[in-house]
Amino acid sequence: MTASTTTPAGSLTAPRRRRADDVAGLGTARAGIFVAPALTLIGLFLLFPAVWTIWLGMTDYRLTGLQAASPEFVGLDNYVEALTDPSFWNSLWLTLVFVVASGIVGQTLIGFALAWSVRNIHGWVKALIEGLVLAAWVIPASVASFLWLVLMDRRSGTLNGLLGTDGYAWLIEHPMEAIILFNIWVGTAFSMQLFSSALSAVPPSQIESAKMVGASGWQQLRDVIIPNIKGHILTNTLLITLWTFNTFTPYLVTAGGPNGKTEILSVYIYETAIPGGQLGLGAAISLIMLLINLVIALAYIRVSRGRKKG
Amino acid sequence: MAGINATRLVKEYPGGVRGVDEVDVEINDGEFFALLGPSGCGKTTLLRSIAGLEAISSGQLVIGDRDVTDAEPGARGVAMVFQDYALFPHMDVADNIAYPLRIKRVKRDDRRATAEKVADGLSLQGLIERRPGQLSGGQQQRVALARAVATRPDVLLLDEPLSNLDARLRLEARTFLKELQRDLGVTTVFVTHDQAEALALADRIAVMKAGKLQQIGSPREVFQRPNNTFVAGFIGSNPMNLVPATVSAGAIAIGDAVSTTLPPGTEDHVREGQSVVWGVRPEYLRWTTADEPGAIAAEVSVVENLGASVLIAVHVDGHKLQVVVPEDHEPAPGDRGYLVPTGSKTLLFDAESTERIG
Ligand SMILES: Nc1ncnc2c1ncn2[C@@H]1O[C@H](COP(=O)(O)OP(=O)(O)OP(=O)(O)O)[C@@H](O)[C@H]1O
Ligand SMILES: [Mg+2]
Repeated sequence: MTASTTTPAGSLTAPRRRRADDVAGLGTARAGIFVAPALTLIGLFLLFPAVWTIWLGMTDYRLTGLQAASPEFVGLDNYVEALTDPSFWNSLWLTLVFVVASGIVGQTLIGFALAWSVRNIHGWVKALIEGLVLAAWVIPASVASFLWLVLMDRRSGTLNGLLGTDGYAWLIEHPMEAIILFNIWVGTAFSMQLFSSALSAVPPSQIESAKMVGASGWQQLRDVIIPNIKGHILTNTLLITLWTFNTFTPYLVTAGGPNGKTEILSVYIYETAIPGGQLGLGAAISLIMLLINLVIALAYIRVSRGRKKG
Repeated sequence: MAGINATRLVKEYPGGVRGVDEVDVEINDGEFFALLGPSGCGKTTLLRSIAGLEAISSGQLVIGDRDVTDAEPGARGVAMVFQDYALFPHMDVADNIAYPLRIKRVKRDDRRATAEKVADGLSLQGLIERRPGQLSGGQQQRVALARAVATRPDVLLLDEPLSNLDARLRLEARTFLKELQRDLGVTTVFVTHDQAEALALADRIAVMKAGKLQQIGSPREVFQRPNNTFVAGFIGSNPMNLVPATVSAGAIAIGDAVSTTLPPGTEDHVREGQSVVWGVRPEYLRWTTADEPGAIAAEVSVVENLGASVLIAVHVDGHKLQVVVPEDHEPAPGDRGYLVPTGSKTLLFDAESTERIG
């Protein structure tokens, strides 16, 4: 809504607009006092750490040693170091694989498939499936990762017991697959719930209209359902991408190993900053990660804007 | 083109509710057929059973010469317009109309040509590139109709097609629908709870109540010779007066003091002392101030203006009746006078079975 469409006569525009801007009639100064506490909190807990990270990223701050006491400003050295280090690029590549496989493909597709298949089921079967999927989501990450360690353990692991492959080290032979499956297992509930509510909002008469002209299940999906839930798909993809990109939980399953094979970016930063002690470098990589997040979010906003216009 | 033949059709919902209960109906090829009844009587359920959107619990459904009891919705040669029109919001009007053709793998150019032709026929010229959200309710309804008829179905099903339109537009759309149906000659079943709409549009009407058919007949039949008191009360813009009475000495006794003659043709079907319901439409009662033979004494209680006529409510020995009086002759509340029924238009129902007598 713009002011011009709500204002009947042009002469009324000016006073109306002022009133619309200052609904409470407080004036700028007093309004400022009211929002000050909130701004302070935001500044203290959100802005300050962010700025602090930017600063840290430009120093040689370390966890221990001389530079821990008196870090020196090193400009963009950390960024140069990170961007020229093959292990950084390797980690970024692993992250990409991880995000695409476990987030975008795994959670989104499986979440949608689950939502789709339970939508016509009612009663306890539906409650059971939803309950199980949700449980995986609400179980604390530490417990969930322990469950997976037990599942995949080399000796007396559940999986080996089931398959009769005693002694097979899943986490060493297939570490990436393991954390991808783990993350799908943990996170699918969100997509499923989101798509469930999206599907229930698709007008049944539209689906039935398609049925009446003989559209197959796939055609109903393509022509009615997906166009109707496009917005939900976009939102889900954005959130899942960001979460999967930033998640640290796989560390609890493989600890980035073996031999860096599952060292996704969040784990890489941790390894650099804490056991590695290079806090400055870690902060710099964190900032790079933040920028990548921003790019993803901006791309999403562009796409969704274009969708609304078109 | 095809007729529809339903035999002992039952649709039972989980939980035991019978939306449609043992319905036998035969709809002729090319007929404009109305399903009429109060809310919850099973009109939509019957329509959706014909469409194949509800699985039939028992009974048989034949469309044309094919048993379609278990056929898929898309394989029945049936098209449907939903009450909310169910247009696809992400497709423009042309794509909406052409959607059935797309599913039938008609080539793009042919689809477009057909869509434009159908749209022209339904006065949708110039709107073909709009999205449904940019159309008025009446235009959306015509797009929905266009989509339904684009594939030349054998049977067209309409669920309360006019209920989302405002009163004036509804009258326009009504005429429009009737013309379209006549031009296409397509067998059409439409659901409505508006008896005036059914009387105006349909070749034949099926009146339903609680899942069961009450009467099937032409508008004139259901209006003039309703099968039972339910149909009598449901049809007509002013409901029929239904007065409890008893048969006494070859006449109808209403209360102790009032009596009127038996409707023609009922004499041989009643017995002395039988409890009956005397039915007379407000239009078939004449109000006079002078007593005449067969007149019933009454007192006016309420006067409602209907425009060209006036609807008055009167008391007759404790019973309330409605009478339509031409304008300029209306009495005032409290006036006393007489009601003269048009003898040939009165009806008699059995009080117990509610069925019409004679
Ligand atoms: N999915 C369902 N499950 C159980 N009962 C249902 C279902 N759909 C309808 N019913 C019941 O079946 C009966 C008939 O419903 P239906 O929708 O056919 O009525 P209707 O005549 O179309 O009414 P309206 O004029 O209000 O649309 C009602 O008693 C209704 O409660
Ligand atoms: Mg209905």
